[in-house]
Amino acid sequence: MVELVAKTPCAGLLPVSVGDLRLEECEMLPMSVIMPYAGKAEAVGTALQKAHGLALPSVNKAEIDGETSVLWFGQGQFLLRGAAPDAGLSDLAAVTEQSDAWAVVRLSGAKAVDVLARLVPVDMRLSAFPEKSTVRTDLMHMMASITRLGHDSFQIMVFRSMAQTLVHDLKGAMEAVGARG
Amino acid sequence: MRVEGKGLIDRGQEVAFQFDGARYRGFKGDTLASALLANDVRLMGRSFKYHRPRGVLTAGSEEPNALVTVGSGAAQEPNVRATVQEIYPGLSATSQNRWPSLGVDLMGVNDLVSPFLGAGFYYKTFMWPKSFWEKLYEPVIRRAAGLGALSGENNADRYERAFAFCDLLVIGAGPAGLMAALEAGRAGADVVLADEDSQMGGRLLGEVEEIDGKPGHVWAAEIIAELEAMENVRLMTRTTVTGAYDQGTFGALERVGHHKKRRGDALPLECFWRIVAKQSVLAAGSLERPVAFRNNDRPGIMTAGAVRAYLNRWGVSAGRRVTVFCNNDDGHRTVRDMLAAGVHVAALIDSRHDAETVPGVRMFKGAMVSDAGGRTGLEHVTIRSVGGEDRIQTDCLAMSGGWNPIVHLTCHMNGRPTWRESIQSFVPSPDAVPGMHVAGACNGAFSTTACLREGVEAAKRALEAIGVKAADVALPAAEDGAYRIAPLWAVPGKGRAWLDFQNDVTVKDVKQAALENFRSVEHMKRYTTQGMATDQGKNSNVAALAVLADVTGRAIPETGTTTFRPPYSPVSIAAMGAGAQGKGFAPQRFTTSHAASVEMGAPMIEAGLWYRPSYFPRAGENTWRESCDREVGMVREAVGVCDVSTLGKIDIQGADAAKFLDFVYCNMFSTLKVGRTRYGLMLREDGHVMDDGTTARLGENHFLMTTTTAAAGEVMRHLEFVHQGLCPELDVAFVSVTEQWAQFAVAGPQSRALLDGLLDAPLKDEDWPFMACGPVALGGIAARLFRISFSGEHAYELAVASRYGDSLFRELVKRAEEMGGGAYGMEALNVLRVEKGFITHAEIHGRTTAFDIGMGRMVSAKKDCIGKTMSERPGLCVPGREQLVGLKPVGEVKQVTAGAHLFCAEDAPERENDQGYVTSVAYSPTMGRMMGMGFLKNGSERHGEKIKMVDHLRGIECICEVTGPVVFDPEGGRVRG
Repeated sequence: MVELVAKTPCAGLLPVSVGDLRLEECEMLPMSVIMPYAGKAEAVGTALQKAHGLALPSVNKAEIDGETSVLWFGQGQFLLRGAAPDAGLSDLAAVTEQSDAWAVVRLSGAKAVDVLARLVPVDMRLSAFPEKSTVRTDLMHMMASITRLGHDSFQIMVFRSMAQTLVHDLKGAMEAVGARG
Repeated sequence: MRVEGKGLIDRGQEVAFQFDGARYRGFKGDTLASALLANDVRLMGRSFKYHRPRGVLTAGSEEPNALVTVGSGAAQEPNVRATVQEIYPGLSATSQNRWPSLGVDLMGVNDLVSPFLGAGFYYKTFMWPKSFWEKLYEPVIRRAAGLGALSGENNADRYERAFAFCDLLVIGAGPAGLMAALEAGRAGADVVLADEDSQMGGRLLGEVEEIDGKPGHVWAAEIIAELEAMENVRLMTRTTVTGAYDQGTFGALERVGHHKKRRGDALPLECFWRIVAKQSVLAAGSLERPVAFRNNDRPGIMTAGAVRAYLNRWGVSAGRRVTVFCNNDDGHRTVRDMLAAGVHVAALIDSRHDAETVPGVRMFKGAMVSDAGGRTGLEHVTIRSVGGEDRIQTDCLAMSGGWNPIVHLTCHMNGRPTWRESIQSFVPSPDAVPGMHVAGACNGAFSTTACLREGVEAAKRALEAIGVKAADVALPAAEDGAYRIAPLWAVPGKGRAWLDFQNDVTVKDVKQAALENFRSVEHMKRYTTQGMATDQGKNSNVAALAVLADVTGRAIPETGTTTFRPPYSPVSIAAMGAGAQGKGFAPQRFTTSHAASVEMGAPMIEAGLWYRPSYFPRAGENTWRESCDREVGMVREAVGVCDVSTLGKIDIQGADAAKFLDFVYCNMFSTLKVGRTRYGLMLREDGHVMDDGTTARLGENHFLMTTTTAAAGEVMRHLEFVHQGLCPELDVAFVSVTEQWAQFAVAGPQSRALLDGLLDAPLKDEDWPFMACGPVALGGIAARLFRISFSGEHAYELAVASRYGDSLFRELVKRAEEMGGGAYGMEALNVLRVEKGFITHAEIHGRTTAFDIGMGRMVSAKKDCIGKTMSERPGLCVPGREQLVGLKPVGEVKQVTAGAHLFCAEDAPERENDQGYVTSVAYSPTMGRMMGMGFLKNGSERHGEKIKMVDHLRGIECICEVTGPVVFDPEGGRVRG
């Protein structure tokens, strides 16, 4: 029987540190996109709450409970991460496996927000983008999903195939921010 | 000359630097201009057109003359203003636009032929003969004229771009800006205070007037310290706000590394900011304007405020015998400060008869400076008054023609400034930029008290607009002198009197333009080039249009201003495009098999953003063709493996999924059985072919669409548009799964055997006919299998979660090699599909219809679809259109080339006789010849005809037989086998 070996999207690329800024790959957890069918959003919310203990987040918000999270992921889309979706959800929503589709990294450090300010055209001041905020936006030339996990900690996702460019762009911005002292 | 006891420089820190190879010393805090003046260097550059010797005119970013090149080699930076460049140990600057040296410039001969080089010279002179322009005139002019030059090498310096957001952006940190920031900062608003200088304080740094009983710079330092301590205030020094754009967005250029000796690789030279502010306060100050008189461009002639600033801020006297020439009281302060510092003031010339008397200096009232002498440095000036002419020996003339508020940013969104008679200048029109409040000197309020007050008031208005309660800020005590001025733009007389120093435009040029009927200020500007240099006319345009108004007999407001456009001061393209060089130009997309392919020596080629293997060379193969031919043979005779993950994959689910697909595809999908795949063709709304691919039905309400690699994004966008815009009532949801699955084609007669050995359970014939699809498992891992083929062989595509892609690719290749096959790349893939007549975007290039590619009957008659009606337009499905054919070389020449055109054998190969063109070609090892695909008028009815292929670019002519597009196995027996 053949034995296939798994490789993470950022294998060999991370972690990277510049001063107290740190970029690391997040653990590969199950991910699926949930797109509620017509008129089923509320039912999806209830089912999600029951099965995974998380509500359906509003626009640009994330529900996070330990390893499990649900991110608003675009119009009519939610990303469940950290748990295999409850089978019952498939009756209410299109549920699509995405565990391997995204490179997921975490950027942390006191100046993490300054690093993102070099790449992301979105207001990420704490007042405008508090913890558990999420956004689909550009990161340099890539489309990304960015979530504030903590005061100085962000989860960043781009297409798996772009992992090298993600690290290239973030590392460059980290170095530039670091060099300013 | 340095003056003891004056200036804010740090005399404890000496700094050595070079200018034009000579070594000089300055102090920390000096600009290149102040340090050179301290070393009695007055000649700093040559002018643009006439190569006139020039010295520094100003002390700020508006400097038109003292432009230098900093650094050398790849990193050399041209057109750096000496007034902005801070000195650091080891700084090396060189002068520009001179040959062989600054002192002896042979191009200075231009100055002697100046009567021929006036306004409109180029337009008049270089019209005939036409061919001379490109060959002779332009190269000569380009060599003679101009400023600094780039190295032409690739510059490794790092630049940066960044975004910032705030409640209030305060532009300028003079008295008005500091008070605005203080008010908003204390009120708790999120404030960005940007100032272009290396030190905040604005004019306060260059003056001696006190605020609250303290020297201005001390007061400023205290305010800055308070602001610095506030968490909600961000101070940005060395940051010029360069443009005002829609919705409170501002462009700003920050000089990050220009003033540092050792930058390292990581520190950017500059950062281009996009600052989004709910409200803004413009406190940009004002610029002093020169007076036009004969030879007013001699090195040593400067603005009066600059002479004062060099003394008070940098402890430098710009001359040993200073003369002051003004039409307003401000010039008197220069006299006062110079005298107080012990500098000899030769004379004060005030054009006003009623000017107040200034003690301690020889004063000429109602007089004007009419000429200046000394070629590379001022030696004397001529004073004209009712009593006649006097000549005075002097090495520095401080002139003041009044002050122009810096209205530029208020005009960036089409606002026009308003003329204010009392200050003889333009002020911003109210609400010219939404949310912008103007304060201080740039609002025409010239006393320090007025600036302080307006700063607070502007901030309060801004705070009110965003609903923040204002804080209590007490107004400090400061001077509140009146600003008295009498207009004086140009001193009448012979000779050339400079208006625009940077582009060498004189009073005469403006008059000439008016004489030739270029009376509109916009026409005058273009005819004379006034205001078109890198200073964008900020030193000259008010005076130039005043002169124009005078000669055309109009008032100044009636004459109007030219349009102020961003950027306010030059921004390097490197800063605006920061990060987008090299690997930052576009994201790179790598397949999971990338590393393995590179290890196998495959050259990787770009396919959109993706990198795909061209071919996999083996020992003994010297050309790509050898590898490609072998790989084609492998697929036709054994088994080949190819990564096809780059094709777009879209997961489509919902009760109306089938209905949705029927609408976006021209053929029917609702009739597709679960577990089967169908080829689909998608039209654009205009009826032309958009994309093609296969779609599998994984469940009753679950489909998986594939797109071409090139159109994956376009199709996704199209689906979103159709769903959101045209049929939102359909209950369907879709998401890209391109990246979720690593997918590999396993193609060839041995493909089945390979899979049977690999999968956990062998495939059953009855379950897996051609176009079947379904779940499989290998090594206990769930996978998807599709029996589809792009090669015409018995073939499958096997998909696993991307994490296993690398591992699976290596396994497939290993097993294929054991069976006499192996990996194949894009070249072989292309040959295989051309042999089968399968189309790609070379054929469905946007101008072809389903009819043209022989798929007209796929447009279902039983239903409507996007593009159907438009595809039925008469012109799109009539005989005479170019239709897809195969091309087989039958003459002496056997080479078919893509892009070549087709002609009837007897016709001359000219445009009028064009019959079609070649889209794809390949050498077919299977058929042992070249083959082509192309479009030919009425092609489907001309099979067997001989046609002439002519490649005009490559000079190739080849007689081809027209065939059907499918060359190999036209019955399709192999794919089903």
